[in-house]
Amino acid sequence: MKALMAFFRTSVGKKLLMAVTGFLLYGFVVVHLIGNLQIFTGQESLNHYAHFLKSKPLVLWAFRLGLLAIVVLHIKTAIGLSLENKRARGNDPYDNPSNNGSSFASRSMALSGLVILAFIIFHLLHFTGGVIFPDHYAMKDSEGLHDVFGMVVEGFSIWWVSAFYIISMVLLCLHLSHGLSALFQSVGLRNSKYKPLIDKFALVSWVVIFVGNIAIPISILLGFVDLPK
Amino acid sequence: MNFTLKVWRQGGPDTAGRFETYQAKDIQGEMSFLEMLDVVNEDLITGGHEPIDFDSDCREGICGMCSLVVNGIPHGGQKGTTVCQLHMRSFEDGQTITIEPWRAKAFPVLKDLVVDRTAFDRVIQSGGYISVNTGGAPDANATPIAKIDADYAFDAATCIGCGACVAACKNSSAMLFVGAKVTHLNVLPQGHPERFTRAVNMVEAMDSEGFGACTVTGACAAVCPKEIPLDVISKLNKDYALGVLKGVGV
Repeated sequence: MKALMAFFRTSVGKKLLMAVTGFLLYGFVVVHLIGNLQIFTGQESLNHYAHFLKSKPLVLWAFRLGLLAIVVLHIKTAIGLSLENKRARGNDPYDNPSNNGSSFASRSMALSGLVILAFIIFHLLHFTGGVIFPDHYAMKDSEGLHDVFGMVVEGFSIWWVSAFYIISMVLLCLHLSHGLSALFQSVGLRNSKYKPLIDKFALVSWVVIFVGNIAIPISILLGFVDLPK
Repeated sequence: MNFTLKVWRQGGPDTAGRFETYQAKDIQGEMSFLEMLDVVNEDLITGGHEPIDFDSDCREGICGMCSLVVNGIPHGGQKGTTVCQLHMRSFEDGQTITIEPWRAKAFPVLKDLVVDRTAFDRVIQSGGYISVNTGGAPDANATPIAKIDADYAFDAATCIGCGACVAACKNSSAMLFVGAKVTHLNVLPQGHPERFTRAVNMVEAMDSEGFGACTVTGACAAVCPKEIPLDVISKLNKDYALGVLKGVGV
């Protein structure tokens, strides 16, 4: 047990934690997307899906608390590493530093991460907690179920909610475009032979996540998805 | 060729540094970057000024002593080249050239462009060796090694320990250096028995010297004069993780 604590203490151990928690969060994003895409199959199917998720409170809360623990570990480790990295760099900057071929995404993981965190908080207050638009959250459908479909349509009909959502998706995908490939390096599975394959996996993943997610607010703003008249 | 040099001057480890401007006159394109600095220093000495301190030894790109950041890039940005092998013909006549030392907390400046890289020596002492009984040299080919492993080990072993990877990394991480040393020994049968303790101990030593963590930006491999690939960092991560899982260390 004491030996395993090295994963929380050393730089390489902490990077491994970042990789594992990051991959689990990626898994959540994919599952979340698949669930949400049911908005395109209509009000009834999305509301039934939401009702099904909430019908097992024990499973739901176990899942939510597990997810929260992963998020907290990911962020806490990231803050610790960022501070250590800043300290390692020292106070004397280069006069005209070069990026030495590094990608913008790889250099701005902390920034994209912070915007994603702000978005997650807003998103939870909006759709999960019903704090930001309580009247959207209180909607019921014809069967008397919590009207998730109506809530999403009303929410994304507000232009700035959709705009913030789309901007956040751009940053999420910037984060994923680096993270999904680099995490294989951190667990020691990436090398020059596998890198092209891993990079393709990262590319396909973030493109699908980006297109899938922004399709929802865009379809609502363009009127393709609307409340039944 | 004539150049304007903007050079970092610093009296000692505890004094504040600043940039000074010098003129390098009548430089030939065939001169190496360090020979150009020798010419400037001769002028400074004859003029009664303190010459610019910088590290150099073999001047043929194999010792790892030279360590200049030229225009923001360690070793000056010519692929696979140490700054001693960088020739003035690759610059434009009349150009302003900025020269700085490696900048990292773990590499404190001793004077001007000279930094203290003994942190690397202490990392090597923690595991960059194999434990064997001394005695007569073993017979060649007594230990069969697959060609693919021999090549991989040799590629990693070309690391000259100059520290350009640390200088280029936004986190001042030494992962490419440590990865090269661990890979070089861990893929060979002679280094195999100690592979997990080596990885764990060298990571611990690297952390305690104050180097940062790897964020896989690839800047280190881009400036490495020996073109060590990022693969060695992956190998280090894997052997470290397996070592911890096996309960090595503590």
